[in-house]
Parts: sequence; C-alpha cells; structure tokens
Amino acid sequence: MKRPHRRTAIRLAAVCVLMLGFSYALVPLYDILCDLTGLSGSTSNLTQATPTPPKAETVAERQVTLQFVANVDHSMPWDIRPDQFEMKVNPGQTYQTVFHARNRTAQPMTGQAVPSVTPQMAAPHLIKQECFCFTSQPLDAGESVEMPLIFKVSERLPSNIGTLTLSYTFFDVSPTSGTQSG
Amino acid sequence: MPERIRRLLPNLKSVLNLRRLAAGAILLPFASAALAGWDTLNMPVGVTEVSRIVYDLHMLIFWICVVIGIVVFGAMFYSILMHRKSRGVTAATFHESTTVEVIWTVIPFIILVAMAVPATATLIKMEDSGQSEMTIKITGYQWLWRYDYLDHDFGFYSFLSTSRDSIRDRAEKSEHYLLEVDRPLVIPTNTKIRLLITANDVIHAWWVPDLALKRDAIPGFINELWTQIDDPGVYRGQCAELCGRDHGFMPIEVHAVPPDEYRAWVEEQTAGAAE
Amino acid sequence: MSEIAAAHDDHHDYHPSGLWRWVTTTNHKDIGTLYLWLAMIMFFIGGAMALVIRTELFSPGLQFVDPQFFNSMTTLHALVMIFGVVMPAFTGLANWQIPLMVGATDMALPRLNNWSFWILPFAFAMLLSTMFMDGGGPAGGWTLYPPLTLQTGNALPFVIFSIHFMGMSSIMGAINIIATIVNMRAPGMHMMKMPLFVWTWLITAFLLIAVMPVLAGGVTMLLTDKFFGTSFFNAAGGGDPVMFQHIFWFFGHPEVYILILPSFGVVSSILPTFSRKPLFGYSSMVYATASIAFLSFVVWAHHMFTVGMPLAGELFFMFATMLIAVPTGVKVFNWVATMWRGSMTFETPMLFAIGFIIMFTIGGLSGLMLAIVPADFQYHDSYFVVAHFHYVLVPGSIFAIMAAVYYWLPKWTGNHYPERLGKWHFWLSTIFVNLTFFPMHFVGLAGMPRRIPDYALQFADYNMLASIGAFGFGFAQLLFLYIVVVTIRGGEKATDQVWEGAEGLEWTLPSPPPYHSFTTPPVVR
Repeated sequence: MKRPHRRTAIRLAAVCVLMLGFSYALVPLYDILCDLTGLSGSTSNLTQATPTPPKAETVAERQVTLQFVANVDHSMPWDIRPDQFEMKVNPGQTYQTVFHARNRTAQPMTGQAVPSVTPQMAAPHLIKQECFCFTSQPLDAGESVEMPLIFKVSERLPSNIGTLTLSYTFFDVSPTSGTQSG
Repeated sequence: MPERIRRLLPNLKSVLNLRRLAAGAILLPFASAALAGWDTLNMPVGVTEVSRIVYDLHMLIFWICVVIGIVVFGAMFYSILMHRKSRGVTAATFHESTTVEVIWTVIPFIILVAMAVPATATLIKMEDSGQSEMTIKITGYQWLWRYDYLDHDFGFYSFLSTSRDSIRDRAEKSEHYLLEVDRPLVIPTNTKIRLLITANDVIHAWWVPDLALKRDAIPGFINELWTQIDDPGVYRGQCAELCGRDHGFMPIEVHAVPPDEYRAWVEEQTAGAAE
Repeated sequence: MSEIAAAHDDHHDYHPSGLWRWVTTTNHKDIGTLYLWLAMIMFFIGGAMALVIRTELFSPGLQFVDPQFFNSMTTLHALVMIFGVVMPAFTGLANWQIPLMVGATDMALPRLNNWSFWILPFAFAMLLSTMFMDGGGPAGGWTLYPPLTLQTGNALPFVIFSIHFMGMSSIMGAINIIATIVNMRAPGMHMMKMPLFVWTWLITAFLLIAVMPVLAGGVTMLLTDKFFGTSFFNAAGGGDPVMFQHIFWFFGHPEVYILILPSFGVVSSILPTFSRKPLFGYSSMVYATASIAFLSFVVWAHHMFTVGMPLAGELFFMFATMLIAVPTGVKVFNWVATMWRGSMTFETPMLFAIGFIIMFTIGGLSGLMLAIVPADFQYHDSYFVVAHFHYVLVPGSIFAIMAAVYYWLPKWTGNHYPERLGKWHFWLSTIFVNLTFFPMHFVGLAGMPRRIPDYALQFADYNMLASIGAFGFGFAQLLFLYIVVVTIRGGEKATDQVWEGAEGLEWTLPSPPPYHSFTTPPVVR
C-alpha cells in the first residue's frame, strides 16, 4: 500500500470509529436534550433529589389542570388507576395524590412505572418530589398497594399550557420474566 | 395455485371493468376524476376547522408545485423541441452566469418563505390543545384499539368487524370493507376533545383523514391530540404505523353525534357499568 | 467482458483465469463489473419481491400470501433495493469510472477493493436466507423500528449482521474512493476540474463514512436490547423507542442522498455530451451538492413528525427540510440551462437522463409537500410517501444508473448497444413506472396507509393500475438484461470517443480500455 493511500485510509477509518462512538454518544445526548427541552415527554428519571430551594417560587394565581393516567404494558396484568383523574393545581404549590395498583394474577410479580408527560414542553416543569417512578414495586398475588406521588408544577410553566397529563406505564420487571418485551 | 386463481376470478371480474381501466391508463391524471370520484383522488377536506386549514394548505402547496413544474418543464420541453441537432441548430457555448445563478437561488427561497408562513401558522394552531372539555385515552394493541372515556371512567375495545370470509374472498365485501369495527368511538360534535394516545406493545399510529389527525401511539409514552368536529357523521381511519402481522386490520371508526345524543349514550354506557 | 480478458493477456502480471480470476481480482474494472452484476441480480430478486407485493394488492382481499409474509416482502424488498441494488450499482460505476475520469491506473487500495465487494454476496445470502428461518424473515419494515423489530424470530441477528457486513463493505468502498480521488488525480486535474460524477461520489463517500457507522451502532443496540438485556429502546428500563428512530434517521436521511447524489453526477456527465454544450454552472453544481450533503445531517426528524415533537422542533426540521429545495432547485435549473440552446440528440442515455430530471423533480416536489408539517400529518405513512420515494428512487436513482450503463457500456465493452432496443426499454420503463407510482399519490391522499396487505374498496381501481404497471415495468427490465448481454457479446464497434459530444479523460482511452487504465498519467490542461 502506498504511503499517502495508507494515510488517507487510516484517517478515514478513524472517522468511522469516531462516528460509531458518536452513535452511542447519541444515547446520553438524547437524554440530555430530552431533559432540557422535554422532547419525547419523558421526565427526568429521578425525583428531584435536592429540590431547588424554593426561593423565588411563589404560588401563582392561575390554575392549570393536571390529569393522571395509568397504563400497563402487554406483559403486565395489573390493575392500575389514579385516585383521581383530574386536579386543578396552582403552579408553585405542592400537592399529593396516590395511584392504586393491584396484582390480579395468582403469582407474585414486580412492576415498575415509567412516567411520561404531555405536552412535552411541560415535562421539565412537573417536579416530582416523591414518586414511584423507576423503582421496583413487588406485589404478591392479589395484593394491592397505594403509591403516593408528591409533586408541584413549576411557576415557570409556559402560560400557554393549561392542561398537562402525567402518564405512568407499568412494565413487568419480575426477576423470572426479565425486562424484555421482545 | 390454479385453485387459488379460480377463486380469485369472479372477484377479479367484478373489479376489472376494462373500459374504466383503459380510460384511467391513457389519461390517468385527467380521467381519474371520472374514474372514481374526487374523494378517492385527493385529501379529504374533512369536518374540523383544522382539517379544512390543512386541506387548504395542502392545495396551496400543491398548486405552487404545479406552477413550478409547468415553468421548469415548459422551458425544458421548449428546449427539447427547438434545440435539437436534427433542426440544424449549432450549440451555444455559454456555461456560466452568476446573475442567473443568484436569481434562481433567491426566487425559490422567496417561494419557500411564502410557503413557510401559512404552514407555521397552521402548526401553531394545531398544537394548541388547551381548554378541552373532555378527554379520551386511545391505546393501540396488536391489533385493535381501546378507548377510555376518562371523565366517565369507562372504556372498551374496538375490533375489526369485517369477517374472515369476506377477507378471504369467500363472502361478499361490504361497503366499508376493512374500515368497520364492532364498537366505534362515539364523540360529541362541537366539543373540544383532548385525545391521549399510547400503546400497549409496539408503536401504532392513530389516523383519521377526515379529522386530519395522525399521531404515533408509543408504548411507555403519552402523546396528545385534540379535535373539534363540526358535522355529525361516521369517519373512518386506519392504523398508520407498521405494527406487525395484522397492521392492515385494525381500523378506526368514529361516530360524531350531537351533544345530547352523546350524553344519552354515555348514560347508557355507565348504567350497565360493570366495566 | 471477454474482450477485457483478451486485452490483458499480453500483460506481464499474473492473471488467473475462470472463476478464480474474479474471486482474486484487484482490478478496478473487474470489480466494477462484479458490483454491477451483483446489482443486476439483486434488482431482479428485489423486483420479484415487489411483484409479490403488487400481486397481493392487485385486488381487495387476501388471495396469495399471509400478511406476515407480505410484511417480510416489503421489508426485504426495501433492504435489497437500497443496499443490494442502488448502492452496489453506484459503487460499481465508481469503480469503473473514477480511475478513468481522474486519469489513474487503478483504485488506490486494490486489495481492499476486492474485499469490499466479496463481503456483499455473503451478506445478501445471509439476509435472504432469513426468509426460510423459523418465524420468517424480518417483517418490521426496513426501518427496523423497535419494539416491533424485536418481535422478529430467529432472523433478527442474521439481519443485523448482514447489515453490519453491508455497512463495512460500503465504508471500505468509500475509503477507497476518497483515497483514489484525493491521491491519484492526473497532473493538472485540480479539484475544480474533476468531472461532476467524481465530485458527487467524493461527497457521497464522505456521507457513507459519516453515517454507516451510526446505522451499525443503532442496529447493534437493537441486538443487545434483544439478547443481552440492555434497555436502549425499552421504556421499562428507562430507554426510549423513539430514540432508535432518531438514530436511524440520522443515518437514514444522509442515506437518501447517498442514493441520489451519484445520479446527479451521472446526469451532469450525460447532458453536456448529448447537448454538445458544456455543463451550465459547474461550480454552483459542486457547491449545491455539498450544501445538500451538509443539510442532510440536520433534517432527519422530518421522517418522524408524528411521534410528537415540541413545536420548536417541528418548525426547525420543517424549515431545514424546505431549505434543501434551494440547492436541489439550482441543480435542476442548471440542467435545463445546459440543454438550453444546445444541439441535442436523443440516444438512450440522454432519454434516461431527461426522464430522470422530469420524474426526479416530480418526486422532489412531492418531497417539498411532505416537508410542510401540518400537511405531513396527513401524508405521513400513507401511499403518498410511497409514491414520493419511489419517484426519486426508481425513475430517479435507477434511471440514472441505467443512463450511466447505456452511456459507458460502449466504452467498457467496445461495442455499441442496439439503439432501437434501448429506446424501447426507455419508453416501456417510463410508461410503466408512471402507471405504477402515479396512482399511489391518489390512494395515499385519499387515506390508504402504506405497508398493508389488503385495503378498503375505494382504493381498488388505482391499486389495480399500479399492479399492472409494476408487472409491465418488471418485464421491461428483462429487455435491459438482454441488451446488456448482447452488447457484451458483440455489436457495432465503438470509437474511442464513442459519442460525438463526449469530453473527458475516459474518452481518450481505447474502447474497451486496457486492463490498466493510465499507465502513464495523462496531463490535463
């Protein structure tokens, strides 16, 4: 192989490796982008561990409607429902609600809730101070549980958003069945 | 194989009308209006304010494209006819002109801006889902839909009602072949309705052309849409995202009824509410 | 190709004969020929799949195939046509033409060249073998969206590995092409003197190197999600199925231009020859190609407007997409200006090139319509989209490939193809391709979703027309095969210049050219 050809080839191969790395880098980049913009409506995985000090947050005059929705994945024969479907909330104030879950099956199972918010632009403004998202919830056969949710809607919620929906989808993460839906 | 073909034949004959076919083949774009009527040829105008705006936008862009096409192809065909060697033309030698290049960069750009303005306005209008009066959750399954009336705490599954026999050509095909369900989505007219969309297994997409609504149903995520239907009627659609074997067999049927009728229907549903 | 074999017999290098010659060859012409024949074979395989689809869609009802098999036909048809026909055909043309056009003896990395071709037959054997596996072939669409694709049976890992192999082959081919263009140009062949085919391929090769690894990464994530418990796209584990679509289309949109940019080069070579007039706006053509390539990286999400994006995102991707119309328009206008006041003749390559411009423009205009987000909500995943991308790929890319074959075949073989048959081939193809794809605009607008094996009754007439057109188009291509075979075996001898108006280094060599193209570098004024 002639030297200039080899040099060109090696450089281009390096670009390929770089781009392969980039495809994996897209995963965290996408998450960051989602957290910043609410793209895809996913809320940050964790509850805000250290809620930003409530210095400037005052309770707003206006009210927005917050809706709660529960869904199950096809692997998940549980009954899940929010205690109430709709709440009128003032941005800036902290509220509490619960979700009810019941394992309809005859064997113990573990579920896990994945949150999603629409409209997506509202996702960064829905601050969950206590939440059952992304934590495993084991339930024995026929057992029920109440899962609390403490949250507030940020004052900075864009004023054109009047209704937002927080949806939880439950997935089966029982150790035996694995997490795969394939 | 021959058995299969024989089974197909009567069905073929019914659809294959040679005269219509020939007309279509020869003058396709022109004859097709006569062939099957305007509504199988173009986007439906639809029955909501949004669908009408979308239709107008679609037609505007379409006509702009037609004009561009006429100008470009016109110049080209003129050149093809006039500037051919068989007419004894000698070729010119020009091959550059900055002025001309600038002109045909700037003009398309201006046209694009002219298109972008109404498109942006429409989009902003479509995204405004606030102030809705009721909420319905739509869940895609392999291969059916479920509708949950969240304000009234009831819901049901909606299956394709076309029979296997008619799909397999063993029975007559009904008027709304493949677009009919056992339990349609019933919604009131003149009411702003918020639709929440998700899926239970794989990605689906809920599409009703008459309402100009299409949104992906994604497992684990929630999407929203809104609509406000002006005219009572039956509007049909289909799943628009490939979702497996029976992707083509999970239609959507929407019955838009006047608000009183809707209230009566809800009472009927909740009265027997075991579900 | 026997002439070529004869032409090199007196050469001092060792050349095995028979099959082994083709397996071990490092010659750019041999490898170009192999690529083109592979594309031809895959074209008929992918075409047969299309005919299975069109047969089932001939009339409403399920008559011939199971819906699952139908889905695997649409999936494989796309994979075969994209990775097995258009891309190898363009690589074949590049192998044949780039050394001839820049005045080099061969490609820069001949052994890599052999390797990059010979991966492909195995990749496609593996891909096609999945049809016979438990659970059938891949049926989740060529876009491989999870979670649906993860429901594929045993075929999934084979599909993914075959995509890896195709990707590797394309990347190696692209490295070779760049190395050849950058390092092996004849003295005086400055960048801005290179034929446009070389320019468009240079840019395409960079696109390939940038995005094929991204596809490889994306499908590898699918593989690990399915078999190794990762959760890139699984919502239960904190993943997001929509992220796959972002990764896929980050590859997929540049891929669209990988499939079309070399056609721009082909058409820009053919038009001046038969107009007997230099290409209009050479440098603006180069810049337009580069800007299209650049913009292709920032428009990917226009393939997925319906997943639900924030308004700002939708607007950004709409505007960026519309912007692509500007450089594309410049290209079309420049082509028309090249023809303007020329002295045109209409041999088969010219007919295909003109057909390309007209029908590609139709596809481009429907693409512009698709960019308008509010309207796209109606068009998305309907037959309107199917009509759009078939217009840019069949009478677009495929017509350009055919134009290129007719244009350079006399150079490659030393024989003229039968002109009358070539014209027949053009007219039959053009009539039937429009009969196939034009009605799809109508059914799409009227509400027919894509990828369905059965449809409502109001779509019946146009689907029947489309099916008739598809069979016509398919059988017309047998004529193409016949013409190519006949021309290789003999025919009226071609001169070195072949075409009266042809200009460029490749026309200074004898027809057929010697086994090693330019043993002494030509000097370009």
